Amino acid sequence: MAISGDVYTWSIIGAAGAVTLLARASFIVLPADTRVPVWLQRSLKFVAAAVLPAIALPDVLFRDVPVGSTINTYRIIAALAAMLIAWKTRSIFATLGAGMIVLWLLQYFKPF
Amino acid sequence: MACRVFYFLKLFKRECETVRICVLLIIFVLTILQTRRSAFFCGIKDIFPAVAGLIPFGMITGAAATAAGMDPWLAMAMSIIVYAGASQLAAISLLTLHAPALIVVATVLVVNLRFMMYSASVAPHLRHLRARQKWLFAYLLVDHSFAMLNLRFPPGGTENISSQHRAAYYFGISSFLWVMWQITTAIGIFAGTKIPANWSLDFAIPLIFLALVLPALQTRAHWLTALVASMAAVFTSAMPLKLGLIAAAVAGVSIGVWLDSRTPVKTVESI
Repeated sequence: MAISGDVYTWSIIGAAGAVTLLARASFIVLPADTRVPVWLQRSLKFVAAAVLPAIALPDVLFRDVPVGSTINTYRIIAALAAMLIAWKTRSIFATLGAGMIVLWLLQYFKPF
Repeated sequence: MACRVFYFLKLFKRECETVRICVLLIIFVLTILQTRRSAFFCGIKDIFPAVAGLIPFGMITGAAATAAGMDPWLAMAMSIIVYAGASQLAAISLLTLHAPALIVVATVLVVNLRFMMYSASVAPHLRHLRARQKWLFAYLLVDHSFAMLNLRFPPGGTENISSQHRAAYYFGISSFLWVMWQITTAIGIFAGTKIPANWSLDFAIPLIFLALVLPALQTRAHWLTALVASMAAVFTSAMPLKLGLIAAAVAGVSIGVWLDSRTPVKTVESI
């Protein structure tokens, strides 16, 4: 279970840091006149739209699931409220506040 | 007695002299840096509200590492070396499962591929920098710094603001975010286990991702990408080693690219 700081783990973290830095540096350090393939441009436009919800949604549905249920209803309601606020306000702070407050209220009052 | 008073006065005078020199020096440096400094602090001011969302995110990332049984210094080193919350969380859970090194690195890469898009968007503002500065600024690139720079200096406009100022503005945002991230992850690592579980603070993580992605879904292709990727993620969440995430990303991006290639002109302005 424990993750110790052996050479294997250090090299994984080093490699993870290296690929991350390369992704970040890519277009910043390349010469300005570098031609980027069209397929890559097209794909990159959609990476954030694909990855971020793909991380978020399983966390909303399947974390902290109450006994005798397959999904976490409170979190789904809170996430829907947060999504509405995110869409309306475009503010991270407001979205976070709305989602957490709705979740806390539901967990405190347990309406169903 | 008189001697002591005299000594005290002398000391006082010398102190005054030091303070005066310091003040003069500070004023001098500030005058030189005035314009760039204000761009730097303007960046900090603009990014301040977003930091409120970063605090629970950093603390949870730190606490997740501790909860996974990670050595505190290893966790702190990862926070500095990788410096990307979502991928750190993914890597932590894969390390707990003793996943093969290749899977861990591939997952981190997929989660962080979006930085390439940010890199392309930020690059024009940083053209004048020296190579070493470019690598430093690239290392500091995160979701928030890209989003804020894009908001302040939208592509195709505001040419009257010098690139030095834009770089200073970017540096203000991203160095502040870096410091806050390291502090909050450190708090999470060393004190995170003391936060009561019934606060459900881990729920802040999906919320931050939703808050980041929703405003960016401006075309039908982006919406369908998000929809397909999240459905795929839900249905593949039982797959071992979080491979579902990679599968979902590939599925979502493919749909997006396919739709985009059918309507080549209309979606150009939307990144």
